[in-house]
Amino acid sequence: MDWVNAIVQGTLLGGLYALFAAGLSLIFGVMRLVNIAHGDLIIFSAYLGLTVVMATGLHPLLALIIVVPAMAAIGYALQRGILNHTLGDDLLPPLLVTFGLSVILQNGLLEVYTADPQKMDAGVLETASFPIGDLQLGVLPVLTFGVAIAVIAGLQWVFYRTAMGRAFRAVSDNQDIAQLMGLNRRHIFALAMAMALAVTAVAGILLGIRTSFDPSVGGGRLIFGFEAVIIGGLGNLWGTLAGGVILGVAQTIGAKIDPGWQILAGHIAFLIILAIRPQGLFPRISG
Amino acid sequence: MRVTRTSQAAKVAALLGALLLIVLIVAPWWAGRADLRLMGEIFLYLALASLWNLMAGYAGLVSVGQQAYVGFGGYMLFALTIFAGFSPVVAIVGAGVLGALISVPVALLIFRLRGAYFAIGTWVIAEVFRLSFAQISALGGGSGSSLPVKIVRSMADGRAAREALSYWLALGVTVCVIAVIYLFLRSRQGLALTAIRDNELAASSLGIDIWRTKFVVYVVTSALTAMVGALIYLQKLRISPDAAFSVNDWTAFVIFIVVIGGIGTIEGPIIGTLIFFALRETLADLGTVYLMVLGVVAILVMLRAPKGVWGLIRARFGLELFPLSFHVKRT
Repeated sequence: MDWVNAIVQGTLLGGLYALFAAGLSLIFGVMRLVNIAHGDLIIFSAYLGLTVVMATGLHPLLALIIVVPAMAAIGYALQRGILNHTLGDDLLPPLLVTFGLSVILQNGLLEVYTADPQKMDAGVLETASFPIGDLQLGVLPVLTFGVAIAVIAGLQWVFYRTAMGRAFRAVSDNQDIAQLMGLNRRHIFALAMAMALAVTAVAGILLGIRTSFDPSVGGGRLIFGFEAVIIGGLGNLWGTLAGGVILGVAQTIGAKIDPGWQILAGHIAFLIILAIRPQGLFPRISG
Repeated sequence: MRVTRTSQAAKVAALLGALLLIVLIVAPWWAGRADLRLMGEIFLYLALASLWNLMAGYAGLVSVGQQAYVGFGGYMLFALTIFAGFSPVVAIVGAGVLGALISVPVALLIFRLRGAYFAIGTWVIAEVFRLSFAQISALGGGSGSSLPVKIVRSMADGRAAREALSYWLALGVTVCVIAVIYLFLRSRQGLALTAIRDNELAASSLGIDIWRTKFVVYVVTSALTAMVGALIYLQKLRISPDAAFSVNDWTAFVIFIVVIGGIGTIEGPIIGTLIFFALRETLADLGTVYLMVLGVVAILVMLRAPKGVWGLIRARFGLELFPLSFHVKRT
């Protein structure tokens, strides 16, 4: 029963990792950009949420009303102001610029909020649980998993059912021809980044309710998201959810064997999948 | 018409470089303790930057996980001296050999990832190393351990002699690293590497085995990085997983050095290291703001002058201190 519990809890944890990964997956799919600052942006949204909660006394989940549009606006500005200038055949500029951005964000947060761990208080939501059979499921993890499914379904819908999604797919397939068809790729890329950071905002708030965070933990979140993307297969959003779940389950099973092994077990699961199926479980596009 | 590699500037630079090297070798007799320590640190950062530049600037292998080998080398120094009874100098070489061995399976795995995903993959490996060493209780687990006094004393008699030896080792390894990179780039393999850097598809159609060339670069770089790591921890005398596998200390700074100095040239990391330490010595009091300034400078350089400071100098004056390219001259 303990093991079933570990697997169920790991699956729910996977929802959070899928949210970390969805933004990464989206921008890679649209503009082949890998954002090294992604993890720090997740932590940045958590701090933004904390600030909103402190200033207004809102419930952390209601703070999403402010944080999501704010992050989307930051994403749009970031892409148009900086990242669009780095895109091209050369791999180095986007990588190094986002790496520099990561260092700036991390130290900026350190300067403003200090290194003390912070947490958002969500009241009864943090501890509430309900029984299913012999298992006790926390309301927050179940809610997180539900949000992950909803976000991925939403992204999927935007991608394949709307005019904006068609524009995303068009620039992803061929930038020049999309440009000839009257799409402004700079604008489209910025919209994709805005969407990615809106998802990041949701991930950041849920992370901040679930665990404590400090400015240095962004890198770890980037790695979890990245592992979920690679396990699931590049460019496949539902695959990313599966990747997050596999990672979450590997971690909870590792923690069950020895608490010190939690994170390591997740990395090892990732390396095993990389060894036996380097393209991921459900690949859509080649890297 | 005559095809040459060397130039007047390169000859002058070689002569000045040799003189500078002699001055640096005798530094323990003219420099104070603090200066000696700082110079030792500068050399080790220069070595790390040159190695990262060889991978990223020439082989197109952008790694954000070189701290894996710095930390690995440091831990191997501790393990080989404490458990195997090696002298520290032998242990440094041992750390290099073990670094090369461990990098082979690592390369086989992460070479499956392309481009930016390769970069994050290297970071995962560094995390795996960090978490694994934190599990080894014989080496102090998560809190780390210190190098026993007995081993430190075995290096040389007296503190001054030990500090001088540690300085010479740092200088020696750095000169070796730069010499290896220079000779490697002038060799057949180096020519293949430069071809890959300029155009991978064209290089492969000329019969260059791209995978093998990159693999060789990765293994050599890892071995030398592990040796530098062992030296860094011979100076620090205390190791812990979080410090030894720190992405900020061993990779972020190194990347900034190379980007600001000029990626893809041997001179770039040298200029970058000098700029980095000049900034650090003047802005260190600012703490985290200093790191933010570095980040902003690196982003500006990448966007406005992607070839870095040396790239600007080279474009303006056509200088090349380490002669790698060929020129046609009228005779």
